Amino acid sequence: MKISYYPGCTLKTKAKNLESSALACLDLLGIEYAELPRWNCCGAVYSLSDDDLIHLIAPVRDLIRVQEQGFDTVLTLCSMCYNTLARANELMKNDEVKRGTINDFMDEEPDYKGAVKVVHFLDFMRDEIGWDKLRDKVKNPLKGMKLAPYYGCTLLRPGDVSIDKSSNPGIFEDCMKALGAEVVRFPMANECCGSYQVLGNPEAALKVSHEIITDAISNGAEAMVLTCPLCDYNLGHRQEEMLSRSENAKGLPVFYFTQLMALALGAEPADCNFILNRKISLEFLKSKNLLEKAYAQK
Amino acid sequence: MPFKISRINIDEQLRQKVKEISGENFQLCYQCGTCSGSCPMSEQITVLPRRIMALLQLGQREALEAANTPWVCASCNMCMVRCPRGIDIARVMESLRQLKLRKNVNQIEPSNIKKEDIENLPQIAMVSGFRKLTS
Repeated sequence: MKISYYPGCTLKTKAKNLESSALACLDLLGIEYAELPRWNCCGAVYSLSDDDLIHLIAPVRDLIRVQEQGFDTVLTLCSMCYNTLARANELMKNDEVKRGTINDFMDEEPDYKGAVKVVHFLDFMRDEIGWDKLRDKVKNPLKGMKLAPYYGCTLLRPGDVSIDKSSNPGIFEDCMKALGAEVVRFPMANECCGSYQVLGNPEAALKVSHEIITDAISNGAEAMVLTCPLCDYNLGHRQEEMLSRSENAKGLPVFYFTQLMALALGAEPADCNFILNRKISLEFLKSKNLLEKAYAQK
Repeated sequence: MPFKISRINIDEQLRQKVKEISGENFQLCYQCGTCSGSCPMSEQITVLPRRIMALLQLGQREALEAANTPWVCASCNMCMVRCPRGIDIARVMESLRQLKLRKNVNQIEPSNIKKEDIENLPQIAMVSGFRKLTS
């Protein structure tokens, strides 16, 4: 099967480790993909104003590109891109009046009626590969790794674009279990990391991120896995700031789940771009002998 | 902050505008407080979302403009998925932001962002932050 792939801005720069590792996984699973030609930024957030249609043009244009290429499904990796594209798609499918206005405005493009299906890497794995098949493909199980999957907001809310149940989901845990990891559930797994408030109220964002990290650690996590570059920034890269604020605070390695999936499936460590992760994450991998295993296999 | 409730100080124009921009009927709110209990930013905001809804029902422009709530809201949608009255509170917060932003007033100044932050932040942080906090 062949699928259209939408990267989004951040995956080409700050989150190269998310893109390269996810694409390595697709290669190892034998899935053909084609990066969407002429893709543009989706706008990162879905417009919440009823009278604001202009911000829907960007995501809808991307969906038209997918249709133009003859694909019926588009695969996303970044949670924010997933949410924005999926919500724009729902609107085009269900709101006849707004659909008409948007289509009329983009008179140079063919009309779009929401026919494309927007999927995230996680629900694609569940629905197209299946956990059993994924388990069979694992070469280096993530044995002995206590991983806390962190969903964040945009994969689960609102309900009509959620990749699993909005509350008490299990898809991420199932995925990590299939890779052989020991999964740590923690109550704040679908709480917000502060998101774009890192710009407006960095202190407020830091506080909620710190609570999430502390919660994961106190529930026994050795590392956190996530899917969103903004969560990775708030929960991972800002940890130095968190640690400098409180005594006896411990750091937590943070990975994109695709990085560990790629290692488990037998990808080259170079494909995972661990160099973009923090030092503590690399030390964690070394302590679990996962990098050695990956090198020895080659 | 106590304030007098009377027919005279209900700002009907504000109520209409918020309904128009958000597309939400905040009059449905029956003050259960689930949104306030769900808000990850509840410690950082000056007025909890339940009270924002009450202030809107009463058309209290001044109190609403003084609240930092819409500017600390991260649109995480936790209140929205839990609201028993089906109100999309994130959209109501967005409309309160838009009331200011549409007057060409920025909440944050992009030129004040530190150089190292611009270098380090992922693009989605900048794009979403500017979408939400600048006019």
